Formats: sequence, C-alpha cells, structure tokens
Amino acid sequence: MPLHVTAPTRLRAPSIAARATDLTKVYGAGETRVVALDSVTVEFGRGRFTAIMGPSGSGKSTLMHCMAGLDTISGGSARIGDTELSGLTDRQLTKLRREKIGFVFQSFNLLPTLNALENITLPLDIAGRKPDQEWLELIVGTVGLAGRLRHRPSQLSGGQQQRVAVARALAGRPEIVFADEPTGNLDSRSGAEVLGFLRDSVRELGRTVVMVTHDPVAASYADRVVFLADGSVTDELSAPTPEAVLDRMRLFDAKGRTS
Amino acid sequence: MLRTALRNVLAHKARLIMTALAVLLGVAFVSGTLVFADTTANAFRNASARSLQGVAVSVRADQASTAPDSAGGVAGKTTGALDTALVRKISRLPGVDAVRPTVHGQATLAGRDGRPVNADATGQNLATNYLPGKDGKDSHFPMKEGRGPASEDELALDSKTAAKAGYRIGDTVRLATDGPTLSKKLVGIVALDDPWGAAGGTLVLFDTRTAQKLFHHPGQFDEITVAARTGTDESSLTAQVQALLPKEGARATSGAELAAEQSAQIAESTGYLTKTLLVFAGIALFVGVFLIANTFTMLIAQRSREIALLRAIGASRRQVIRSVLIEAALLGLVASAGGFALGLGIATAMRPLLNTTGAELPEGPLVITPSAPLASLAVGVAITVLAAWLPSRKAAKIAPVAALTSVDLAPPARALRVRNVLGTLLAGAGVLVMLHVSTLKGTKESNLLAAMLGGVLTLGGVIVLAPLLSRPLITLAGKVTTRFFGVSGKLAKENALRNPRRTAATASALMIGLALITGLTVGAHSAQHAVAKEATAGLTADYKVNYSSARGLDADSVDKVARVPGVAAAAPITMAQLNTRGRSAVITGTDPKAFGKVARLDFRAGSLHDIGPGRIAVSDEFARRAGLQIGATLDAELGGGMAGSKAAKRKLTVVGIYAKAPTVDQALGTRADVLPYSVTKQFDNLLIKADRGRTGGVERAIRASLDDSPLLQVRSQEQLVKDNNEKVNTVLSMTYGLLGMAVVIAVLGVVNTLAMSVFDRTREIGMLRAIGLDRSGIRQMVRLESVVIALFGAVLGIGTGIFLAWAAGGLTRTSMREYETVLPWDRLGTFLVLALMTGVLAAIWPARRAARLNMLRSIQPS
Repeated sequence: MPLHVTAPTRLRAPSIAARATDLTKVYGAGETRVVALDSVTVEFGRGRFTAIMGPSGSGKSTLMHCMAGLDTISGGSARIGDTELSGLTDRQLTKLRREKIGFVFQSFNLLPTLNALENITLPLDIAGRKPDQEWLELIVGTVGLAGRLRHRPSQLSGGQQQRVAVARALAGRPEIVFADEPTGNLDSRSGAEVLGFLRDSVRELGRTVVMVTHDPVAASYADRVVFLADGSVTDELSAPTPEAVLDRMRLFDAKGRTS
Repeated sequence: MLRTALRNVLAHKARLIMTALAVLLGVAFVSGTLVFADTTANAFRNASARSLQGVAVSVRADQASTAPDSAGGVAGKTTGALDTALVRKISRLPGVDAVRPTVHGQATLAGRDGRPVNADATGQNLATNYLPGKDGKDSHFPMKEGRGPASEDELALDSKTAAKAGYRIGDTVRLATDGPTLSKKLVGIVALDDPWGAAGGTLVLFDTRTAQKLFHHPGQFDEITVAARTGTDESSLTAQVQALLPKEGARATSGAELAAEQSAQIAESTGYLTKTLLVFAGIALFVGVFLIANTFTMLIAQRSREIALLRAIGASRRQVIRSVLIEAALLGLVASAGGFALGLGIATAMRPLLNTTGAELPEGPLVITPSAPLASLAVGVAITVLAAWLPSRKAAKIAPVAALTSVDLAPPARALRVRNVLGTLLAGAGVLVMLHVSTLKGTKESNLLAAMLGGVLTLGGVIVLAPLLSRPLITLAGKVTTRFFGVSGKLAKENALRNPRRTAATASALMIGLALITGLTVGAHSAQHAVAKEATAGLTADYKVNYSSARGLDADSVDKVARVPGVAAAAPITMAQLNTRGRSAVITGTDPKAFGKVARLDFRAGSLHDIGPGRIAVSDEFARRAGLQIGATLDAELGGGMAGSKAAKRKLTVVGIYAKAPTVDQALGTRADVLPYSVTKQFDNLLIKADRGRTGGVERAIRASLDDSPLLQVRSQEQLVKDNNEKVNTVLSMTYGLLGMAVVIAVLGVVNTLAMSVFDRTREIGMLRAIGLDRSGIRQMVRLESVVIALFGAVLGIGTGIFLAWAAGGLTRTSMREYETVLPWDRLGTFLVLALMTGVLAAIWPARRAARLNMLRSIQPS
C-alpha cells in the first residue's frame, strides 16, 4: 500500500528533498516497547509543500523528528537530499540541521533575549555564515516584518512571533523546512497568515516545506497531504481542500472504530 | 499549608541543594566557632585550674616604679617587699602546708648553632627558679632527664626549649638576661605541663640564688604561693597573710580570686578570637542570603502557575506567603542541622590548625553547651526565612488568573527606578563618608567607626546598584565574548543581561568577598611598601646592629665593629631630647663622616661635613617650625625628659639644613655632643656599610667582634623588610582563609543560578540544539555566562575594595609616615584570573546538564 501511494508523487516531482524508506522507530523495550513508526516509506518533493496529518499518537511528530535529524531512527533509512541520516553522530546531525534544515515549532520558537532580526539570523550566526542581504530582505518583506525587526519577541504578537520563526527557518536557504503544528497556538487569522507565508515560500521562493498538523484547514494550504495512523502511512491527497481532508479524516475515524 | 511546603521541599530537592549547602556551610562556620570557643575556654580553664591546684594564697610583689637602683640590681622589676623573712613568717601561720617563693625574669638563649632562639619574642623567653622540696625535687617541674640546677654555673631547660635550641645534658648553654652573656652548664631537662610555657616561648630554670642575683636581690622574691592544709579556710588565711605584708609593695590574693581573675582573662582573650571568627561567619552567612533569595525567587517564578492555582481555589495571600516561609524554614532547619554536625568537625580541626601558626592552644575534650546548637539552628533558620521573605511577597502578588494562561509569561521586568534611587543614595552617602575618612588621621575609635560605616554604606550601595551597573559592564564583557566565541558568546551575554536582579544578586555575593579581600590586600601591600620605604629610604647601610632588650651599645663597640674586615664604615646612632625656642625635637648624634656612608641626606644648605662640635644640622621642617636659618645660634636644652637624665644648656650653631627624611630626627649632631645627654648614655644602634661584594659572612664577624650575646641583633635591611612582610603575609593568609568560606558560598551561588537558569531555559536550549547549535556550543554558552557573571562580581568587588582601602588607608598615616596607597597589580590580576577560573569551574555541572538536555522533550510543549 505505501508503495502504491508514493508512486504517483515520484512521477510528478522529478526531484526529492527528503525520503524515508522502511523507516522504523521503536521506543522502550520489552513490555514498554512502543512502535511509533512501522516501516514508513514516504518522499517529500523538492519545491513542494507537504502536510503530514493524523490523529494523536499516529506517529506524525515522530516521523518529522526522525526526518529532521532531531531523533535517532531504529531501522530503515531517512535521507535529506543525498545524506543518509541513520548512523550519523550527534555532531554530524547537528551540522546537518544547521546547514540543511529549517524549523518552525508550535511554541517557544524565539529567544526572548534577541530581537526579531537577530532571531532570524540566529541559524546563520550559529553556522558562522554571513547572511545574504538580498535574500534576507526578500524573506522579511514576504513575511511582512520590515518595520519590526528591532522588536523583541515580547513586543510582538503571537502571529508576528511565528512569522519571525518562519523567516528564521528560511533565512539560511535550507534544503527543507519542517514545521511542527506552526499554527497550534495562534488564532485563526494569524494562523492563516503564517500558513500563507509558508505556502508563498514554496510557490514564490521555491522552498520545500513539510508541516505536521492535525488541522484540516492548515493542511489544505499544502500541495499534498500524507495521512498517518498507528505509525504507518495510510493515504495521501493532492491539492487538498479542507473538506476533502476532513472527509478522509472521518474515514480513518470510522476505520479506527470498526477495527 | 505545611503539607504543601513539605511536599515542595521534597519535590525540589535537587534545586534546593545549593541553597542547603550555602546555609549548611554558613551555619557550620558559626557553630564551629561557638563550639571551638567553648572548648578552648574550657581547656584554658582546666589548664589554669591545674596550675593553680594547691594554691590557697598567692602573694605578688608590685611593679617597682623607680629606675636603676644603687644596689646594682637590674632596673625596675618588682619591689623588694617579699623577702626570706616574710616567707618564713608565712610558713609559720596555722593552716599553711607549704610555701613556694619564686623569682621571675627573662632570658634569651643562644642555640647550639650560636644563633639566638626566639629572639624577637623577648616577652615570652621566661626564666624562673627551680625550687627543690625536701626530696630534692621540684614538683612544679617534673624532671625528665638529669637533675635540678644547684649552683650558679648550672641551669635546666624545659624539654621543648632544649629541643628547639638543640642542647643536651652536659652542654654549655649561652644566654643573656639583660646584661652580659652568660655561660652555664645544662644539668636537667624538665617536662612542662603548664600554660605558662605555652605560646611558643622558651623557659630557663636557675637555682634560687642565681635567679635572685640575675633578676632581683639576694633574698628577695617576686611571688610567694601558699598551699593550705585541708580544712583551712582560704579567705581567712589570705587575710592572715595580708596582715603580715608591708603596707605597700605587695598584695595577697586567694586561690579562688586568682582563678576567677584568670578565667576572666581567658574569657576576654577567647572572646576576642570568637568575635573575630563570628564576624567572618557573619560575612559568609550574609553572602548566603543572596543565594537563598535568588533560589526562592526562581522557584516561585517557576511555580507561578501552581501558586496561581492555589490562589484560584481559595488560598489567601497570607497562606501563600506562609507556605513559602515554612518551606524556607524547613530547608533552613535541615541545612542547619547538617551545618552543626559539620561545625563540630571544624571545631575539632581548628585547634591543630591554629597551633600550626604557633598559637599552642591547650588540649581538651570537645565542649558542647546547649546554647551552641540552639544558636546555630536559630541563625540558620532565621537567615533562610529572612532571605525568602521578599520572594514570598512576590509569590503572594501572583494573580489567580495566571493559572489560566496557557503560555508562560516572562515575569514583567519591573522598573528598577526605586532601587536605583535607593542605591545611588546609599552609595553616595558611603562615598561621602569614605571621602571624609580619607582626610582623617589616626586609628581613633571614632575614625574606625566612620570607616566601618562608610564601608558598609558603600558596599550596600554597590549591591543595590548592581543591576543598574550590570548592563554597561556585561555589555562590555559581551563584546569580548561575542568577538572571540561568536554566537555562544553573544547568547551568554544576553542571558546574563536577561534578568539583572538575578545576575546582580549572584555577582554581589562574589563581590562582597572580593571587596574585602582586595581591600585588605591593598592595605597590607601599601603598609609593606611604607615599611620598606621607611626602613630603606635614604639608608645605604647594609646592617643595623642593636640589642633586642632595652640595652644600648657601649661607646667602644663602634671601634670594635669598624675594625672587622669587610666593614667599610660603622656609624653609631644615639638620640637625645633637644628643646629650643619653645620647640621640642630629637637630635641624632653620630659620626658625620661614617654617617655619610650609611645614609643619604639631601642637604638644602651646608653639608654633612660642616657638622662638628657645637655645630649641628636641622631638618627643613624643624627649621621652618622653629624659625632657624643657616648660621643661627641657639640656646638649646639637651637631655632630660626621662627620669634620671638631667638637662643641660648648650649653645649650638646651625650649619646645615637637610630635607626631612625618615632615617634621621629633626636635628643631627656629633656623637660627642649628643651621647652624654641620651637616656642610656649608650648607642641605640650602629649602622654598618660593608665593603662592596663582602656582605656575606660579615654578619658573623660583627657578632664576634661584640659580645655575641643572644640579645644582639645584626640584621640586614632586606631582612628587616622581609621579616615585616612575612608577618603581614601571615595575617593576610589567615584572613584569606577566613574569607574563603564566603567566597565558596558565592561560588555555590553562581552554580545555583546557572543550574536554575538552565532549568528555566530548557525549551530555549532545545530549540537552539534543533536549529543547529551543538553540545559544545551550549556548554560554551553556559560557561561564558558564568564567566561574565563572575568577572562582573570580581570587577565590582576589586573596584570597591580598592576605593575602600584608599579611603581608609590614611588612618594609618600617623603610625606609618610613608604610607600611600600602592596597588599590588600582580595580586589584583591573580584575583581576576581566579574569578575567571571560578566562573569556568562553577559552570561545569550546569553546562553539562544543559548540553545533555533531551532535545525532543525540551522543545515539545508540555
């Protein structure tokens, strides 16, 4: 089934930004052994906005963490571009995250001690790279923060803070941006803005974004939605609408109840 | 609320551990001091009781007030009220069992190697008479080897003295009391179990006749102790003895009174030591207050939602405050109990420790009075509760609605305005007082109090102002860390600046210790400098020769020394009172030619060679005060001032004026003009210039050319300065040790703050790790924050310390003419480096924790 699901994607997207092959993640051992990801195979196309959906405990966050090099994998393979993640040391993983990956988290995304601009350039500072001024201005303009770059996070609204986080994730032109419930703490208007920027960064700036969410509306901003349940990819949807996503979700719920 | 408090203490064990340690150490210092004081006082009392055992009455002769007597005895010891006849009369009184007449004096020994033993501490080089009883032995001095001295050629030593001087039975011992050098045969070594011989001195025993001859007159004594038969009333016996005494010159005291007198003395001297130690313990506890207050502030911030929940379900503000204070009290109680236990260890270790510095405290069992544990627990609990009081009020201000917000709100940065105004007032007042102190002279009590007040105000002001000062200073330090360590350095700076109160409190703890250490170091260094300058300024002499007793050098000594091969010049120095034109001055008499070789005087008019019989030079200062000019003739009154020396009128001509110098007095004349009018009619000292390149070995030759008495001191100028420096350094090291506890607690405070900060910033650290900061970067960030805080504290402390030392230094200028503040840059540099290292060390554990945080768990919303 997973193979069948991913086949059309590969046809449509000539280039792959990240790929999981038979990715397995197991927590604990013996009686407390929990299989969070059960041989997941999935690809994320370059220049695409992919949403990962699934109910709580479906393994969607775990999948993201493993793909992003935040967590080790128990089996199978995870690749970012040409880099195989399994077997990398902590130091190598850190370097990989620093150079190839951008992050947007649900909350606590920014350092309260740094102003907006410093937060945006933080990954570059860590990597010891000089920011590309043109690119930086482009991003800042896109997320609409031009007037607020000297503000500290505490002087920004939640939506603005998350826009700073998006700008930060894009600042280093990473291979791929992972967003973990980026709108979880936002009201619907701010959430819509943030999602709009994520979509724009893909469509206009050619970036690659993978977003974990449980909100059908958020998922509808993506080009493609991958559904996860019980640690396995169960389905996927291209050019989703909120209604279509909701329908699929209902289907899982129904399945979940009957099985 | 008690249950909540108890649960909180148990739940936050790990986070409270540094706080508990701080209280524990502070209390250990207090309880250690208290128990040590009780133990030492008890040991002294026991020792004095042992030495007073069997003493029913003690008769002591008063100090004689008159100067040299005609009988040829030694000047001014005691009256001759106690004589053999009196001893006989007392022994015939009913109830008297035994009478012990004694003679006391001082004797300095030459060691087997010829060098004086313990020559500097003349007051402790005691001598007395060996008094054999009917069995031929003196029960006071149990014989260890040999026998008691029986003739004028014999003596006995106590075992410690014999070991120190390297003598064995049968050796000939050289010694001096006050006059010429004596040689006697060592016939006995006694074991001494008496506080008398303590304190690092020496003890020599003569037979009674010899002792009387040396220290008194034949047949006369300094003290008579009376032992009573059992059942005799001490006070009535005392009255009977008193009745036998002449009206003046002696006094009888009962054994009980004597014991009371001694214990009062003991209480006073141990009380002084205890007070000093308690001051340092107090400083350590005060430093602990910052740590405790920081901990509770942070705990309450972390727990704000929990507290808001308590408030929401109906707890009153008072209940919240009480719960925090109970938590503090429980913590204080447990930590103080531990502290008391550790204090017992400290008290036990204190005696051997102090004894290594030569204190020789008597041995005795550990004495724990009920007041020591009670006071320790009370102090520990009170300090903890007091320090937690302000944070507890903050806890009470948390609104119940805070429980409902889902996001952690950073505590609003409250305005520091009130604090800054208060700090400015305090520091301003402190600085003003200290500026006033810097104009004062002399160590009068009022001056010292003013200096103390100014010091406390200044320190307090700096502590209150520390959050304000933290911004510019840490920003400056941050520039350096950012420059060298990139993003970790920048984040470290921002973290240190994030909560100025927390940073300030942490740094203040370190500042207090360093301010005191720096102040003392600068003061001591300046004093050493002043002494060195005074000793050598204008002096080119290689050696100074003098007697350690009041004795002077004979007139022919200068010629003897001048003939020693290797001696280029020997200038005798004598002094006399000079009164003229209503002014009083001191004139130095010397040999101008030789003096020119041992000292450098800057003549404004005339020269050293112009000085001759009836022709003197004066200092510019004295010339100005007395209105003297070159060629002026003055009617001077020479001599006088002391009993026994008569003033004489002389006509003197001023032939030279020199710039005031520490080596000479207000006037300078020939030895012939001055010597007859000096108090001793002898030279005070000789200043000696050795031939170039011949300084080694000359010292022994000079000794040999004179009488080589153990009292004779031949010291090089270097030695003088070195001796003084050593003394100052010993005191300084001890103070460093005592302040060490405060510094240790301050370092715990840095560890505590960092650990708590790491806990507070768990999610931030997780996020940083996620976006690519590696573990070593995280470690570096925590480490640099620690270093920045430590350096901030160090800079504040060293700065304040230098200012206080400069302002208070003037008070010593009356006793040290050359005193000026000299900064010991090497030491100050060392302090800074140590602070830096402290920062690195304090960060080890928190930095490791931060680097090992589980990244995934950190970034996920709880």
